[in-house]
Amino acid sequence: MTAVDERLDAWTGFRGVDWRHDIDVRGFIQANYTPYEGDDTFLVEPTERTASLWRDLSGLFAEERRRGILDVDVHTPSTITSHRPGYLDRAQELIVGLQTDAPLKRAIMPNGGLRMVEAGLQAYGYELDPAVKEVFTKYRKTHNDGVFDAYTDEIKRARRAGVVTGLPDSYGRGRIIGDYRRVALYGVDRLIDAKRAERAEIDDVPSTEEVIRDREELAEQIRALGELKQMAASYGDDISRPATTAREAVQWLYYAYLAAVKEQNGAAMSLGRTSTFLDVYLQRDLEAGRLTESRAQELVDDLVIKLRIVRFLRTPAYDELFSGDPTWVTESIGGIGEDGRPLVTRTSFRFLQTLYNLGPAPEPNLTVLWSPALPKGFKRFCARVSVDTSSIQYENDELIRPRFGDDTAIACCVSAMKVGKQMQFFGARVNLAKALLYAINGGRDEMTGEQVAPHRPPIGGEYLDYDEVRAAFDRMLDWLARTYVDALNIIHYMHDKYAYERIEMALHDHPAQRLLGCGIAGLSVVADSLSAIKHAKVRVVRDDTGLAVDFAVEGDFPRYGNNDDRADSIAVGLVEDFMALVRGYPTYRHAVHTQSVLTITSNVVYGRHTGNTPDGRRAGEPFAPGANPMNGQDRHGLVAAALSVAKLPYDEALDGISLTASITPNGLGRDTEERVTNLVGVLDAYTDAGGFHLNANVLNREVLLDAVEHPERYPQLSIRVSGYAVNFVRLTVEQQRDVINRTFHGAL
Amino acid sequence: MTTGTVHSWDLATAVDGPGTRFVVFTAGCPLRCLYCHNPETRFARYGQRVSVDSVVVEIEKYRRFIQVAGGGVTISGGEPLLQPEFTAELLHAVKGMGLHTALDTSGFLGDRATDQLLADTDLVLLDIKSWDPATYRHVTGGEVAPTLEFARRLSDRGKPMWIRFVLVPGLTDAIDNVEGIASFVSTLDSVERVDLLPFHKMGAPKYEAIGLPFLLADTPTPDAELVDRVREQFLAHGLEA
Repeated sequence: MTAVDERLDAWTGFRGVDWRHDIDVRGFIQANYTPYEGDDTFLVEPTERTASLWRDLSGLFAEERRRGILDVDVHTPSTITSHRPGYLDRAQELIVGLQTDAPLKRAIMPNGGLRMVEAGLQAYGYELDPAVKEVFTKYRKTHNDGVFDAYTDEIKRARRAGVVTGLPDSYGRGRIIGDYRRVALYGVDRLIDAKRAERAEIDDVPSTEEVIRDREELAEQIRALGELKQMAASYGDDISRPATTAREAVQWLYYAYLAAVKEQNGAAMSLGRTSTFLDVYLQRDLEAGRLTESRAQELVDDLVIKLRIVRFLRTPAYDELFSGDPTWVTESIGGIGEDGRPLVTRTSFRFLQTLYNLGPAPEPNLTVLWSPALPKGFKRFCARVSVDTSSIQYENDELIRPRFGDDTAIACCVSAMKVGKQMQFFGARVNLAKALLYAINGGRDEMTGEQVAPHRPPIGGEYLDYDEVRAAFDRMLDWLARTYVDALNIIHYMHDKYAYERIEMALHDHPAQRLLGCGIAGLSVVADSLSAIKHAKVRVVRDDTGLAVDFAVEGDFPRYGNNDDRADSIAVGLVEDFMALVRGYPTYRHAVHTQSVLTITSNVVYGRHTGNTPDGRRAGEPFAPGANPMNGQDRHGLVAAALSVAKLPYDEALDGISLTASITPNGLGRDTEERVTNLVGVLDAYTDAGGFHLNANVLNREVLLDAVEHPERYPQLSIRVSGYAVNFVRLTVEQQRDVINRTFHGAL
Repeated sequence: MTTGTVHSWDLATAVDGPGTRFVVFTAGCPLRCLYCHNPETRFARYGQRVSVDSVVVEIEKYRRFIQVAGGGVTISGGEPLLQPEFTAELLHAVKGMGLHTALDTSGFLGDRATDQLLADTDLVLLDIKSWDPATYRHVTGGEVAPTLEFARRLSDRGKPMWIRFVLVPGLTDAIDNVEGIASFVSTLDSVERVDLLPFHKMGAPKYEAIGLPFLLADTPTPDAELVDRVREQFLAHGLEA
């Protein structure tokens, strides 16, 4: 049989023409998917096979929790083909493939940075193979080495002081989503042909530095696709050809994703938007009688099991910043198509059903693209899953679709990108609260006294003057924006050079559009501080060296988070101003500037490294997560707080604006039906008001307190934090305290 | 311009009526319920004088949200009927905004509610704090009869009601006391729901903050067994509580 025949066979029954000639997964989905407008009654429980597979793994999880990591291969720098096939239970698995040769056994990926690998190993009592160390110190430079060769002293100072933080300069940047669906739909050989064609197109272009880099990258992409085939072949599958069945589609797609997580320890390794794509295959097999609902759910359950056991070797400091062991295997579900048909299918339900079949879990990071126009049955099922598991997050499809189109997925927490067409240069975030203190202190750090930013006369006088502080702050933000964009340009230059994401980029069109994902932390602290300076009187307390170390607020002032424009407009202005400043500095590879208002759980660490602030927050106290109002300062309930957050302009923060809310079950209704109805109503209204993102926890405070005392009783307790979910018992005590102290809305 | 004394406002879901609601807490109450969880709204002096218009301006900010989410506006307190003109005018204005209206009251001052006020009220959340007159007097310092008369009037008008009863061990939990309420409520025509509210002490810090003694500090919250028993008593009268 020729390759063309095989493809025809794989595509039997599929409709549409254009996607057959070009690499066009969206076109394929649009021509073939079956919207599902019903409810959840068709869903099935896990089979005994699934339950037993999951039970066996759960034993390993307990052991892993006890030891920190279950095992690690200290000898083999990981590549797509570095490890022999690994299995959970070869006879029982429907979908196969592990990152190494055994479940939960971690790999080392020194291309990002050797120090991170060594520190990660040391923390858990392992030692790096000296031969590997020799290679990566003597013969092969890492991303981390490259970055520090190019960093300026000023960047290093800003980084050390924590005014710029979390930079991906010693680990993989992540936030790149390969279009893993392409492997299932087209087979790898066809993708290689397409890459060769892209490469041929620049053959006649003069060999400038940019063109040479493109050619080399395309060559690497083609090589990686070849390795992907080899890796699949080691499991006995020929993925040079397209998938012909639903099982193959799930398996092919997973191989592609697996190749990415074998080669990249990216901060966020998101999956994309796969459920409705896979539904086309599941639906075809169901209609042909080749599949039962039970088997269809098993395939999804099995894929999700695999996604739940993606592991990276990271340092305890990293885990502390991000709470546990996050991988951000984000899967975007639902949304509405550009033609108005909902992109909800039965498989959208099946993905969410895994939270019942396998129990709640932080990964994969199930993200529902919400619109009031979604089918009622789907909306109610999502709300029910939230009420029962607190394991999903919501993002506003009505904001995303007009700007990114309807084949957009979320990377990490809130970063939207067109699948296979856009990628991101992840940029972590700057600490705005610290920058405000630097403005007051003429560039000196309020904790150490060190001159971090360029020297300026500090703000004098007993009381802070709003206009004077504002002017100094604007100057400081400009310095910060310049330093920050500089640092990011260096990081991404070196990442492309030393740790290029070959397979993920092979699953993008060439050229992909690049986004520079900047970010801000401490928004509510600064908004409240500026409001205090403007509307009350703020007296400065200085130490012997003249450093402002504390503030006494006299009088009352409006706070961000109460739907009060006097304070909210300050927050809006901050988002607009910093975005404008960032846009003023050129980016590496002409990336488009964006920013997020997102902290993940690093709000705790940022708070710890930031002194007393003029809003009355004490030194060391956590910031509010993401765009949340400060703890306890939103006095009119969640709806008022949510409407404040919804005022932040998405167009000035296209990398996402995060709101996390914890609601007690009784604050949503008397029984499940009422809770579901009310949560659907709130999600509709928040979306309608222009809110971008909501993490909805439906939990009792008492449950969390009990989980602190008796972690062994809550191995699967998940809670949404800024942009993703964490396993509560894996948080540090400090983070647990922060989550519990965070405004609990007894009533919404 | 009519003004009233308002303590605060809040957005709440599923607590003071159906859906997501803007809740206005008026200040001042004629009763002195031992278990009161809003003691900060007890006296008019704890509130601020505001005009109906200014409250409407605040509500307007949430009109769209409430309409999309499903919900409305609830006038609570304190005792809203202590300020009948203000409450009536506010309900009328909110009704005019196309929002669902609810009145949260003890019914003790039910005779101050004009027919027009009731016409502007879609739902009454009626607290029946006890049945036995002596218990009612002990718990609230007031009389139960006006509440029962008000309930009958609402029933006669076909006005939808949610009946609420706070269950406090050793105070309101006597079998006869519960029985009296349940059998009375079962004779009303327009009761949509009965909320059995187990006593809680989350209001205790508020007493401390305003320097009032919390007399039930040592009273236990009801255990599941007691809640089940009372629920059964309501069920026996065909009422799901």
